[in-house]
Amino acid sequence: MAQVAFLLNGTPVHLDNGDPTQTLLDYLRETAGLKGTKEGCNEGDCGACTVMVTDQSGAKALNACILFLPQLSGKAVRTVEGLTGPAGEPHPVQSAMIAHHGSQCGFCTPGFVVSMATAHLNRDRDHDTTLAGNLCRCTGYAPILRAARAAEAAPIPTWLQPEASFTLAQISSEGSGEAEGIPGEGGPGGASSPPRSGTTAGASSPPGSGTTTGPSSPAGFCPTNSDDLADWYVQNPEATLIAGATDVGLWVTKNLRHLSPVAFLGGITDLQHIEHQAGHLHIGAGVTIETLRKAVMANHPSFAELLRRYASTQVRNAATIGGNIANGSPIGDGPPALIALGATLHLRRGDEMRAMALERFFLDYRKQDRKPGEFVAGISIPAEAPALRCYKISKRFDQDISAVCGCFNVTVEAGLVASARIAFGGMAGIPKRATAVEAALIGQAWTLDTIAAARPAFAVDFQPLTDMRASAAYRLLTAQNLAIRYFHDLAGTPVNVLEVQP
Amino acid sequence: MTIGAPLPHDSAPLHVTGQARYVDDVPLPTGALHLAFGLSTRAHAQITALDLAPVRAAPGVVAVYSAADFPDMPDLSPSVHDEPFLATGTVHYVGQAIFLVVAETHLAARKAARLAQITYNDLPALLTVVEALAANSRFEQGPILWTRGDIGAMSQAHTVVQGEFEVGGQEHFYLEGQVAAAIPQEDGMHILSSTQHPTEVQHKVAHALHLPMAAVRVEMRRMGGGFGGKESQGNALAVACALAAHATGKPCKMRYDRDDDMIITGKRHDLKIRYKAGSDATGKLIAVDFTHLVRCGWSQDLSLAVADRAMLHADNCYWIPNIRIESHRLKTNTQSATAYRGFGGPQGIIGIERVIDHLAHTLGLDPVEVMRCNLYAPMGTAPQTTPYGMEVEDSITDKILGRLIETSDYHARKQAIEAFNAASPILKKGIAVTPVKFGISFTLTWLNQAGALVHVYQDGSVHLNHGGTEMGQGLNQKVAQVTAQVFGLDAGHIKITATDTGKVPNTSATAASSGSDLNGKAAENAAITIRDRIAAFIAEKHQVKPATVRFKDGMIRVGSETYDFARVVNWAYQARISLSSTGFYATPKITWDRVRGQGRPFLYFAYGAAVTEVVIDTLTGENRILRADILHDTGNSLNPALDIGQIEGAYVQGAGWLTTEELVWDAKGRLTTHAPSTYKIPAVSDRPPVFNVTLWTDPNQEDTVGKSKAVGEPPFNLGISALMALSHAVSTCGTKYPALNAPATAERILMAVGRMRDV
Repeated sequence: MAQVAFLLNGTPVHLDNGDPTQTLLDYLRETAGLKGTKEGCNEGDCGACTVMVTDQSGAKALNACILFLPQLSGKAVRTVEGLTGPAGEPHPVQSAMIAHHGSQCGFCTPGFVVSMATAHLNRDRDHDTTLAGNLCRCTGYAPILRAARAAEAAPIPTWLQPEASFTLAQISSEGSGEAEGIPGEGGPGGASSPPRSGTTAGASSPPGSGTTTGPSSPAGFCPTNSDDLADWYVQNPEATLIAGATDVGLWVTKNLRHLSPVAFLGGITDLQHIEHQAGHLHIGAGVTIETLRKAVMANHPSFAELLRRYASTQVRNAATIGGNIANGSPIGDGPPALIALGATLHLRRGDEMRAMALERFFLDYRKQDRKPGEFVAGISIPAEAPALRCYKISKRFDQDISAVCGCFNVTVEAGLVASARIAFGGMAGIPKRATAVEAALIGQAWTLDTIAAARPAFAVDFQPLTDMRASAAYRLLTAQNLAIRYFHDLAGTPVNVLEVQP
Repeated sequence: MTIGAPLPHDSAPLHVTGQARYVDDVPLPTGALHLAFGLSTRAHAQITALDLAPVRAAPGVVAVYSAADFPDMPDLSPSVHDEPFLATGTVHYVGQAIFLVVAETHLAARKAARLAQITYNDLPALLTVVEALAANSRFEQGPILWTRGDIGAMSQAHTVVQGEFEVGGQEHFYLEGQVAAAIPQEDGMHILSSTQHPTEVQHKVAHALHLPMAAVRVEMRRMGGGFGGKESQGNALAVACALAAHATGKPCKMRYDRDDDMIITGKRHDLKIRYKAGSDATGKLIAVDFTHLVRCGWSQDLSLAVADRAMLHADNCYWIPNIRIESHRLKTNTQSATAYRGFGGPQGIIGIERVIDHLAHTLGLDPVEVMRCNLYAPMGTAPQTTPYGMEVEDSITDKILGRLIETSDYHARKQAIEAFNAASPILKKGIAVTPVKFGISFTLTWLNQAGALVHVYQDGSVHLNHGGTEMGQGLNQKVAQVTAQVFGLDAGHIKITATDTGKVPNTSATAASSGSDLNGKAAENAAITIRDRIAAFIAEKHQVKPATVRFKDGMIRVGSETYDFARVVNWAYQARISLSSTGFYATPKITWDRVRGQGRPFLYFAYGAAVTEVVIDTLTGENRILRADILHDTGNSLNPALDIGQIEGAYVQGAGWLTTEELVWDAKGRLTTHAPSTYKIPAVSDRPPVFNVTLWTDPNQEDTVGKSKAVGEPPFNLGISALMALSHAVSTCGTKYPALNAPATAERILMAVGRMRDV
């Protein structure tokens, strides 16, 4: 692979010429001999392999089992073995886990401890959220929560503080110049030429030089700006683009696929910005779900809550909104909310940009309106949408895939429905707008009777499937009922079991 | 006193630093090979052609074995020799092992295992209990039937309820998947296995290698969770490693990828329960008729004993004068259902709790009233007998229930819930109580034995070994506390060591909640033997009676002198006193005739009760637990911290079984929920936000170790209160009985709400 350099528990590691889709977990356990990080599921759903990864944006918990080594370039990795101080001093969360009986079989414990230490470092005390991606089968979680609370007030250990203000000049294998975003595209359906990336990055990283291997190398292309990616991807349209690897990781660990060529997008800083533009937010494709969640918390709280339940902290820290869209999954949680918001998608192929309403991107099951060599560059959403509500229905509240994800954005003026954007995931082969339902509502009085009258329209819009998550009948019934929930929700009637207090 | 001290798990400092070693973490000698199975993709079929050439040609592959390589096919079954190591011509479920790949790496083995070209001739597959019953596909000749009294008394009942419901299975989801390793020795085999039953692994490996058991040594330091799933399901990996290691002369290791683990291994038995029950107007039971249709899967494994235990718990805490229990052990083309925490007990208890709930609903009574008028006569009064003829001498359900109803403020909260529901059109709350009585002992009487080996070294350090296995429950710490108590030492003074068939032979599985009862007693006996030798030695030197020698606080007091423990030990060594001893224990009093269904299968019962409050959304069926209050009987707890941990964990696991944990098979018999992405065990936010656990610590009236009670399985049943609370919440949506199936997923809740509102 491309040369990869990172810090492992404070020690620089340089790797060459390996398999670019080797996972960090396999590297830790099989090469580095660090056996504390466990394999529980090998698909990012249990958290037993959680590691702390720090870069300029801070420390994050990530699942090592679906993290490819090139994704670590220029970052610092800390495993459970690296939480203990130089003289063997325990980290406060380690001490608390012992004192509060937080481990039983102990197999999930290293992952919990790393998640807890990362949250402790970030002073994040929302333990139910930070630990949603760590499964424990023994304790029932109660003692783990006691431990997490007990450690809250303890100071950050001195041996972890350098990483909190981390710079990587000493190990970075490449410059990572600041780049500008991509402002000012044409409207939906329009096309324009993007400005090239910022001059600093352009000067230090001409096309193809974003990595120590050449553009045609099968080992993994690691561009640092979107221009380089655009040029390379036109030349390598069959390539797999890897951003967070939260789905592509499973192609490797579960489907045992050999991916080549691959490009790793994590170094493309110019795609990682969120910008406010005249009533809109422009979100770069490389923005992680966790970053997006925090960014929309104030203006789109329901969307932010959907993003919280989108996946665990570890997955949200890796997954990008661009990947979520480009993936085209019918059960991805991003697109229904974005469609309900009226999002505009920005695609780029070489120097050509085009934009379209997001719902038009999804053509059929796993088939998107994306040309060879074209990639998702970003998405624009309105900065305000007070009527937006997003409802995720799944067997388990946290870290689960939606059976139905319904997002509603209805504007009522003078008692009548003035506009409606309603979209669902899990109801069709694509994330899909409920156009018949919208039509049944628009112009009608905003009442439960109108919603009841619109019920048959759901079956016009959707013929859902039965699978292991839910039956077709349940999906349709729930989708219809979510419209009722939406009415009550806007009216202030309690509709969310998560908000009920004991 | 170290008994009763709330010490942390002995391995906790290793757990939290990542230093605790599991089988996959142990470095093997160089040249170790890695194994993977090639699996059947058909539920029932003849293999008409098996082309393994592409597997052999795959990178890194060293060897490939199929049935053709084993004219004398090794067997894996813990019961009746019906599990060939590799499929012999016919496959019986999706996931059955057909061939074994031996490769240089784990990944190479996994990749190669997918390359076989297999041609099948499909045969009719039986997937459900209804299909199996219709085809008379079963284990044993016919249904097992136990009766007491006359079920005809039902005709005199004031109220009769009847119904049928489904109770789902459960994937163990131990965080550490199945794993084993074999290291060839010059004259035998050394096995590392993540198993609850090292002796069974030793037995199956010896059988496969045609070696005496003495030539096979199985070592087990710790499991990353077991829950019954490592009682028999590890045999395949250990045998595979042993065979491959024997053939290649190299160390071999095998671990299942999570998806393979879930597809291959057995789970909790799901079942369909049919019931008819009659009571008088106060809810006092007159007659109950149960039929259990138990889905056992393709091989017998431990299913007979599991189904027996379901029957043995069909009464739960209630004296039922006339009862009939009919149990069908049905053979299907699915994974072979196996041991899982409770071992059928929860499936039995849920039946009678459903009856109580249904009767109370029909009679318009609070279920607690119906419970109370049916409880077994309390301890200290003339005992009543179970349907299988055992006197219930230790019933404390009345006390536990009474205390918990009070401390949980049940009645006031139920009123508050009614007020909440009246004001809440969409969200509805529910609350329910479930009491539990759980029988402690293996129903296979001979399994109720244990051995231990204790060494005291000349420096005074103590080495402890016993036949139990550590899977997270803290067994080693409890046994160390018992041992330390005998010597008057701190528990930290006792060196805990890996379970090893070379140290303690002929062990029983660590199962049936029996770990500390059996092994604690055995270790105590071993320690007492050594202590008595030391006491006799030092007493003689001081011309006092041995019984007057005291072992306390790390010191030995003899006459007016007090010495360090280590000092006396060293003198004893120099005086040529043996400082090593085995210990043995066999549970007294138990007798059981499983064919007649009569006897005393249990030494005692463990009791408990839970109150759970839930909320449901009547538009989507979404639901969650708001609060759980538990009062659970641990006897004189050996370690209250570990016991609370068992109770909290068991409750959440039990609630998961009945709410989010849904196993789904498709029409072709393929398990479609074979990873945590699709099979949902409780996550952190699913725990009750208010979670009050209290121990009932009156000493066990039987002579158990430290007068404690077993705690592994009994509290699992407390999770049933979550299902009953959901039933209560649904019941507020109409007048019918909700008749919930389990697991009560959001979908099942919504559909039940819909039935309530159907006219």
